[in-house]
Amino acid sequence: MAGDFLHLMVYLTRKIEFSASHLYHNPAFSAEENRRVFGKCNNPHGHGHNYVLEVTVAGETDPATGMVLDLKELKEILQREVSDRMDHRFLNYEVPELAGQIPTCENIAAVIWGLLESKITRGHLYRVRLYETPDLFVDCYGETNGSPAHKGEVR
Amino acid sequence: MKAPMKLHLWRRYRFCASHRLHSAQLGEEENRRVYGKCNNPFGHGHNYVVEVAVSGAVDPSTGMIANLADLDAFVESEIIEPFDHKYLNQEIAEFRASIPTAENICIEIFNRLQRFPHARLERVRVEETGLNSFEYAGELAGVTHE
Repeated sequence: MAGDFLHLMVYLTRKIEFSASHLYHNPAFSAEENRRVFGKCNNPHGHGHNYVLEVTVAGETDPATGMVLDLKELKEILQREVSDRMDHRFLNYEVPELAGQIPTCENIAAVIWGLLESKITRGHLYRVRLYETPDLFVDCYGETNGSPAHKGEVR
Repeated sequence: MKAPMKLHLWRRYRFCASHRLHSAQLGEEENRRVYGKCNNPFGHGHNYVVEVAVSGAVDPSTGMIANLADLDAFVESEIIEPFDHKYLNQEIAEFRASIPTAENICIEIFNRLQRFPHARLERVRVEETGLNSFEYAGELAGVTHE
């Protein structure tokens, strides 16, 4: 019945890929310490990955559209905020948001969270998952969203 | 001011092992009924996938929650070395007393990895096959944490 909806939280995930290069180097470390801490990732020429980004938005469906938010809108936000900035870039030198940070999966995921959080205006950004390889990935949650157990998410 | 965020670093590992599901508390026929093919007395095996999530502050000097070399070495010595190419029922002491279902394997892996000294263990996920997976976060059932 119209107007008689249960308020159910739905989690919607959109995936994109981007390819980029990076290197790990801390100028405060000696050359030897950089090699010891960062290993192969310290190669001064850099190296690259095919990153896979999964962005999850939580919200209630709008009864008028049946959607949490328009996927086209989310796709455009991801294109503008992430792909245009990071795809086929050298992350250390070409992404100002990462300046002064080591572009690890942790830091890139946190930057992406910061870029997206205020742009998602329907529902709210729930999780950013960034795969550097299929065997290494990072999940980023907002503190106000709490842990993955918050808001009764069924697991 | 933006709320701070919480990061989980996930790493994926693999091991291959055999097991047999058989409960000493059940009769032969009951075991066959409950466990089906998994009760085969000769055992059978799987390619297990283990996903491990840790959390903690990102060290600004490295950009890392934990150095992957440390995490890999710890998982290798605590899980992969003892579990890989083994018969879990006989060769893992805990499974002489409990049944090595994927549920129990997931809990046992979590308990072992809780000793990782460089970050907080958040969650363990075990894939027994590509079609079934199990997660454990060390929580009491029904308890959520803010």
